[in-house]
Amino acid sequence: MLRLPPCEARFPTSIAEAVELKAKYGPEASYVAGGTDLYPNMKRRQQTPYHLIDVRRIPQLDRLEVDADGGLIIGAGVTLTRLIRDGRVAAGWPVLGQAAATISTPILRNMGTVGGNLLIDTRCNYYDQSYEWRKAIDFCMKKDGEICWVAPSSPRCWAVQSSDLVPVMVALGAEVILVGPEGTRTIPAQALYHNDGIEYLTKKRDELLVSLRVPAMGTAKATYQKLRRRGAFDFPVLGVAAWIRPNGGGTVADARVVIGAVGSYPIVSEAAAEALVGHALEDDTIDAAARAAAKPAKPLDNTDFTIGWRKDMVAVYVRRALAALR
Amino acid sequence: MGGRAVGRYGGTVGSEVGEVSTTDIPPYRPTALPPFSIIGKPLPKIDAAAKCLGRTKFADDIVLPRMLAAKMLRSPHPHARIVSIDTSRAQALEGVKAVITGSDMPNAFGILPVSQDEHALEGDHVRFIGDPVAAVAAIDEDTATQALELIEVSYELLEVIGSIEDAVANPEPQLHDYADDGNLHKLVHLEFGPVDEALERAHLVQEDLFFYEGSTHLPMEQHAAVAEYGGNRRLTVWSSTQTPHYVHRALEKVLELPRSRIRVVAMPNGGGFGGKSDPFGHELVVAKLAMLTGRPVKICLTREEVFYCHRGRHPVIMKVRTGVTADGTITGMDFESYLDGGAYGSYGVASVYYTGALQTVTYQVPTYRFRGVRAFTNKAPCGPKRGHGTPQPRFAVEVTLDKIAERLDLDPAELRLKQLQPADSLTANWLKIGSMGLRACIDKVVEGSNWKTCFRNLPYGRGLGLACSSYITGAGLPIYWNSMPHSGVQLKCDRGGGVTVFCGSTDIGQGSDSILAYIVAEVLGVEPMEIAVVTGDTDLTPVDLGSYSSRVTLMTGQAAIQAAGRVRAVMVGPVAGKLEVPAERLVFAGGVVFDAQDPERGMSFAEAVALTETATGTVGSVGSYRPPKSPGRYRGAGVGPSPAYSYSACIAEVEVDPETGIVQVPRVWIGHDIGRSINSSLVMGQVEGGVYMGLGEALMEEMAYRTNRNVTHKWPSMLEYKSPTTHEMCDVTTYLIEDPDANGPFGAKEAGQGPLLPVMPAVANAIYDAVGVRIDEVPMSPPKVHRAIKDKARGKEPRFGPSGTPTVRWPEVTYVPRPVDGGDGKAHPRPEPAGTGG
Ligand SMILES: Cc1cc2nc3c(=O)[nH]c(=O)nc-3n(C[C@H](O)[C@H](O)[C@H](O)COP(=O)(O)OP(=O)(O)OC[C@H]3O[C@@H](n4cnc5c(N)ncnc54)[C@H](O)[C@@H]3O)c2cc1C
Ligand code: SF4
Repeated sequence: MLRLPPCEARFPTSIAEAVELKAKYGPEASYVAGGTDLYPNMKRRQQTPYHLIDVRRIPQLDRLEVDADGGLIIGAGVTLTRLIRDGRVAAGWPVLGQAAATISTPILRNMGTVGGNLLIDTRCNYYDQSYEWRKAIDFCMKKDGEICWVAPSSPRCWAVQSSDLVPVMVALGAEVILVGPEGTRTIPAQALYHNDGIEYLTKKRDELLVSLRVPAMGTAKATYQKLRRRGAFDFPVLGVAAWIRPNGGGTVADARVVIGAVGSYPIVSEAAAEALVGHALEDDTIDAAARAAAKPAKPLDNTDFTIGWRKDMVAVYVRRALAALR
Repeated sequence: MGGRAVGRYGGTVGSEVGEVSTTDIPPYRPTALPPFSIIGKPLPKIDAAAKCLGRTKFADDIVLPRMLAAKMLRSPHPHARIVSIDTSRAQALEGVKAVITGSDMPNAFGILPVSQDEHALEGDHVRFIGDPVAAVAAIDEDTATQALELIEVSYELLEVIGSIEDAVANPEPQLHDYADDGNLHKLVHLEFGPVDEALERAHLVQEDLFFYEGSTHLPMEQHAAVAEYGGNRRLTVWSSTQTPHYVHRALEKVLELPRSRIRVVAMPNGGGFGGKSDPFGHELVVAKLAMLTGRPVKICLTREEVFYCHRGRHPVIMKVRTGVTADGTITGMDFESYLDGGAYGSYGVASVYYTGALQTVTYQVPTYRFRGVRAFTNKAPCGPKRGHGTPQPRFAVEVTLDKIAERLDLDPAELRLKQLQPADSLTANWLKIGSMGLRACIDKVVEGSNWKTCFRNLPYGRGLGLACSSYITGAGLPIYWNSMPHSGVQLKCDRGGGVTVFCGSTDIGQGSDSILAYIVAEVLGVEPMEIAVVTGDTDLTPVDLGSYSSRVTLMTGQAAIQAAGRVRAVMVGPVAGKLEVPAERLVFAGGVVFDAQDPERGMSFAEAVALTETATGTVGSVGSYRPPKSPGRYRGAGVGPSPAYSYSACIAEVEVDPETGIVQVPRVWIGHDIGRSINSSLVMGQVEGGVYMGLGEALMEEMAYRTNRNVTHKWPSMLEYKSPTTHEMCDVTTYLIEDPDANGPFGAKEAGQGPLLPVMPAVANAIYDAVGVRIDEVPMSPPKVHRAIKDKARGKEPRFGPSGTPTVRWPEVTYVPRPVDGGDGKAHPRPEPAGTGG
């Protein structure tokens, strides 16, 4: 069996205590929630924190409630299963359950949290391998090495943003609340991500993700379309989140199309939104938006399937997502 | 089947081979005809409750006092010479009890006598990433893992042979010096009858190229082994192996310890599928470490290491040219296969032959040529995976026939039905066919799927495809040359009425332990649950060669029938005397031995045993089985013969999304000629399991490497190596066809491998029916289907598949006159082609 590296677990019961512990141990420490992303990574020696700061006993991270403005507050420690089963979420934000239900497997969803899902490591077939495997290929720049095996002449890492909830949260205009040694900040979900496979988060090292706030849907509709090999287990090789607010006359007042898993961060397609706004969701409009959305997608050979096909699929899936919102 | 009389079943037990001379015992002849009290019933497996309750002990569940943990250091290079190994720092680590390297175990081993090319730890030459070079025993796994990092190995890198094309182009550096030619491990060239003439005269010659990607077994249980070297200086090895007998032999050879001092216990396997059929380095390593430390030692491989053990499906490029008459009758077939064998021999020599052996047993192929080559490459070694070497050529044959049917505007089912190989016949390559139920299989699936109405008539995107297959029920010859039985069974009856069956077979989940219980229970008229089954233990059980080649039910079954029949024969004397009825009138059923004419006159089975024990002493017996001799006598004739061939026909329904190329298989109809079900639910389980595994190969499984990146395995993990989940599994309608075979126990044939074979070509043919493109390559993954659909739209050839074969210098042909030529089964010089005047 692959074994965890030596480690010790801590169980803070308040935000302050957690942040203090994290600041104290710095790079030797890691927050952990369900551990479904972190522990496999530790077994592969991609991360080897000695101090594990388990965030699941902090009450604020366990909140799941609707605030006075009708927004949904999701504590970072809420499990995916709880999100899926919650009646208020299902009624007010059905796309969240729709997307969360495509994540991994029921057992992993019982452990995995919303916060953990927003922060999971970027993925790559050259990186998500055991230490011995990576040694055989001589490592890569994301961990222990110099070069990018996917794009050897590239100065950067192209590991893939692979969370299913991330594109959805960005499309819904969610905000995230972070608490660190320097205080609390609230930023749009989109601002949490950075187009780099290694520095994929703008979150500061010791900041704790406390919760998310998802605005009320109002008249808007949203959907998530996921491409993967199998009906369970698999990370997305493409995820399309589409959000649309119609105006009274049957045209699109506002739109967000976010493409996941074809870059190191969720790609917000302004061009697709432009193609949609002011038009009705007719085939031509959808086609134009789909073509526009597919342009910036740059899949590389570091996930399942072939790159040409994954690129071709972006337009198909955007089209399907938008058609589902008619 | 009317021609095969009742008396032939069971009566053949040992009759074609030298029977052990206990001739004073009248042979017991089980009737092959119903009614049976146990045979055929869907009874629970005898180990079902233990498995479901988590009580079955697997190798990794063994915990012994003072047990050490072992870990193996593996090569990070695909091809290298070992210059030196320094283990001193590892030795010095606290908690480390022993460190060994290749020099501690220099003797080579290998499953086939002709390929003794592996070492428990490679001493001077590593041939793939994952080849073991050193091992550590320590107080726990963490310490052992830490110690591995302290072992310093210096390597001198060698040029890498990354593909079969590389192997053809680069005879040097050789992976093994015993190869037939450079890095070409094995070359085969066989011809049966004048193929070229037949093709020349054919109405149509269909020529096709196919590629079948490699895949691995993916058993849930990772290989594990525990060894203990006792105070009495006897070694015990418990292992998740399908072949304890071969492990026994390898241990003897490598450890230089007589087999009489070694006990191998095959633990229940959490799945095998052929992946645990070779002796492995880790089994030898724990044995050596146990001997050195005097403490029990355990190893459980990581999933990545299981991928490196591999021995799975060979990737094969195939070229097939088939000549047919205007009505689709095959006149000749010229078949070539090119196997990427990986770094070691394993079963590879047999695998090459298997890619050419069974083409002839489904349809009549009057003239046949086979050329095959297996290359050594710097990858994990390939070997036998469910269907061993035959799913690849079966894919080629069944797809090529579908194309022929289309070109000639014939119904693919009719095309096959009109030229089935007859029962009780000899094929052109001298295979002896017994019962043959393929016609009924085809009829059933054609009817069940509404083929006649739906084929070629479903809306665009939906389609049906048909394919058939056949598989051996046990290999006719043993792996190492000997004339001893392939399977032995020993029976012991207790005064209390209990019966214990001892047999060397290994239950890998297929239910072989249960089969022994059912068969003995049927013969002795007791309940299966009253039978204790002891298997796979070289100290306790007579040899059975192992759970491979679909041999276990037939061979252990025949041995069990013989053993139980002999016990019965001993018991009838005293019982008949006591009951004062003629011995022939005694019936053993329901736990009672009684007079058929006066059922009130009888005694319990326990009383009967006690009576017999009083009269003749301890009640027990042995039985054994050796397959009939095959008529083929040419070099290579050893692969293909079997006591009986199972047959399957399959129709798959697919839904292809033309925009994405994603293929879904909602439903499969499969007919399987099982001969006779010993337990119908176990047979259905095997059939459905075969369909499941076949779907995986058809749609997604790929044992793929990054040849340009040091030949690393692309995804040695259960997450990224894609294998279907329950979401991808289709509905299966299974039809069991019972066409009893004279050589099978109660007429039974195999079910474990055959039903996998037609699934891949059925899916390929269905994709063509759905969207009009040919995917001549497995797996038929979405990008390939999508590409072919796009090509079709652009007016290009609507096909995805290989475009050529490697260029190989074939050896001189071995020409074998066929039965119709009046041949004798041996090779002879090829007669001059008629009409060439030379
Ligand atoms: C087989 C398998 C399949 C999977 N499939 C999918 C899939 O299809 N789609 C998908 O999106 N994901 C998938 N996952 C990933 C993972 O299971 C989920 O994303 C899950 O939601 C992660 O949550 P967690 O609580 O387990 O995260 P953890 O592993 O606990 O944490 C993940 C990361 O976030 C950090 N972290 C966690 N909580 C906080 C916090 N409150 N503040 C600051 N940092 C924090 C941790 O330090 C760690 O770096 C899969 C995982 C596995 C093993
Ligand atoms: S994209 Fe390149 S650098 Fe990043 S993980 Fe993959 S191989 Fe490494």
